[in-house]
Amino acid sequence: MSKNYKHVLRMEKLRKSFGKVEALRGIDFQVGANEVVGLIGDNGAGKSTMVKIMTGVFAPTNGAMYIRDEKVDFRHYNVRKAHRWKIETVFQESSLGEKQPLWRNFFIGRQVTKPLGFINIRKEKQLAQHIMLELIGFRGAGITVDSRVSKLSGGERQGIAIGRAMYFDADLIILDEPTVALSLKEVQKVLNFTRKIKESGRACVYISHTISHVYQVADRFVIIDRGTIVADFLKSEISLEQLDAFMLKYSTGKAGSST
Amino acid sequence: MKKTAFLGEKRGLDRIEALPIIIVYIVIVVVFMITAPATFLKYRIYQSFMSTVPVPLILGLGLTLVVAAGEIDLSFPSIIAFSGFIYAALYKITGQTWIPLIAALAGGAVAGFVNGLLVAVVGIPSIIATLGAQFLWSGLTVILSGGLAWNIRDIREETIHSLFVGRIGGVLPAQVLWATAIAVVLWFILNRHRFGEHILFIGDNAEVARVTGVNVRGTKIMLFTLMGALAGFAAVLLTLEMATFWTTQGGGMLLITMAAVFIGGTSIFGGEGTIVGTYVGSFIVGSLEAGIVATGLGGFWTRFIVGLVLILAVALHILLGRGRDLSEIRFLQFAFKKRSQGESS
Repeated sequence: MSKNYKHVLRMEKLRKSFGKVEALRGIDFQVGANEVVGLIGDNGAGKSTMVKIMTGVFAPTNGAMYIRDEKVDFRHYNVRKAHRWKIETVFQESSLGEKQPLWRNFFIGRQVTKPLGFINIRKEKQLAQHIMLELIGFRGAGITVDSRVSKLSGGERQGIAIGRAMYFDADLIILDEPTVALSLKEVQKVLNFTRKIKESGRACVYISHTISHVYQVADRFVIIDRGTIVADFLKSEISLEQLDAFMLKYSTGKAGSST
Repeated sequence: MKKTAFLGEKRGLDRIEALPIIIVYIVIVVVFMITAPATFLKYRIYQSFMSTVPVPLILGLGLTLVVAAGEIDLSFPSIIAFSGFIYAALYKITGQTWIPLIAALAGGAVAGFVNGLLVAVVGIPSIIATLGAQFLWSGLTVILSGGLAWNIRDIREETIHSLFVGRIGGVLPAQVLWATAIAVVLWFILNRHRFGEHILFIGDNAEVARVTGVNVRGTKIMLFTLMGALAGFAAVLLTLEMATFWTTQGGGMLLITMAAVFIGGTSIFGGEGTIVGTYVGSFIVGSLEAGIVATGLGGFWTRFIVGLVLILAVALHILLGRGRDLSEIRFLQFAFKKRSQGESS
């Protein structure tokens, strides 16, 4: 897939305050058209705030953001708009409705409808099946499009959410801590789903504070601490051990305590 | 496995929504047929159910959607009084029959809309907002009506009376058809419409609904408005049927409506709701009193037995619902042989 833009997303001097708390203090950040960027930082560093600005959940206090090199007008930017502009997010807490069947989860918020807003269930189920089998190569014993989300393992849930994002032809898929609280086997599933994103020519922001996971899939690592970007490495520039050591030194040096 | 099998369409008994509670209802009726044959083997008692159950049933249908969205409404009994008063007063003053209907529906919708604003915009938990609204609208009704009952006996001669609460062919109460029609429409809304899906996701997890682009506020406001309008309609049915308005006419509706919804199998936890269950649950609650009295136990037993049925029914739903469906209950597996073979892994 060739893209007619350089950066799928770019942030310039972005700031965000919640009352007196400054969550982001001037962020410069960019994601290439087919690049997987690992966004690394400790809890509370500002990663989730960045995600929520990217996806239209809330607007920054000031600064600029560009999508496909076009400036975003935050007065008219929201979750729906982000979807229309092909930015999709897989949130840390599952972005799926636990008690609902999988097919409903694929299309919630943008249903395939017949006249008067009635849902075309047959069509949605067929598409859901296509997403599961073709797009993400889902293999779960006894799981069908009618299964409830609560029956899935953690890794499978992230897979479903990634499949949803790919189906809607996202140019950028944001994974917010997708491997938190998952077993090793489940982590591998998620990393494989992430590789599918790259293979399909899309871009991805992979947010995590587990460096060993990010390292396996990202092309570049951006490190954020207390609302500021403190380092930016290409994968070719740094080994996992060096990255690990850097993070450790950084957090002990700055915070004065290591956890 | 064939594609259709992967689609995982439900088969056999599993397809029937709220089957357990339908069985419970059949059992109850059969028991009453045995214990009170003189009453329960005659049509008259069923005619009486079909005239009295529709009012709490319509309320219950609306409440099912509200509960599915993870909210609650305690204010509808006061809307039964408020909209009933609007109808009776406007009829008495103007002599019109249809304009008062529209005004009563609008009055209910406005009351519901206010609930929606309080819950979705101001952020008051619905249990408190609607508790306040309950006092507010019933208080206003008492003030406006001077605390008196208003007799509208002449309404019995009007077309609107026979259309909404008349006896079709002399035997079938019209209100049961209206309630059934509303049930069918709301079933499609909840299970087949975008609005219903949004309700389910909001009840399941409002944050998920929000990040997937559902307009959570707007949906909640519409939901409470709909509930108010339904209560307004139920109020008109009741006022027409009785040909009287009285200030406490919604009294006692709250608990039996909630009982019907929960007996039907809608979960208080939100994210799921069953229209069929509420339909049957309303008839269960409506039948118990008559059945108990006809059996000769005496009216004192009614509340006790309604309580018993409510507790047993909810226990049944929980036992059936913990991550299982009907096909996963051992003693019912004969009915699902095909399915369980197909899915074994």
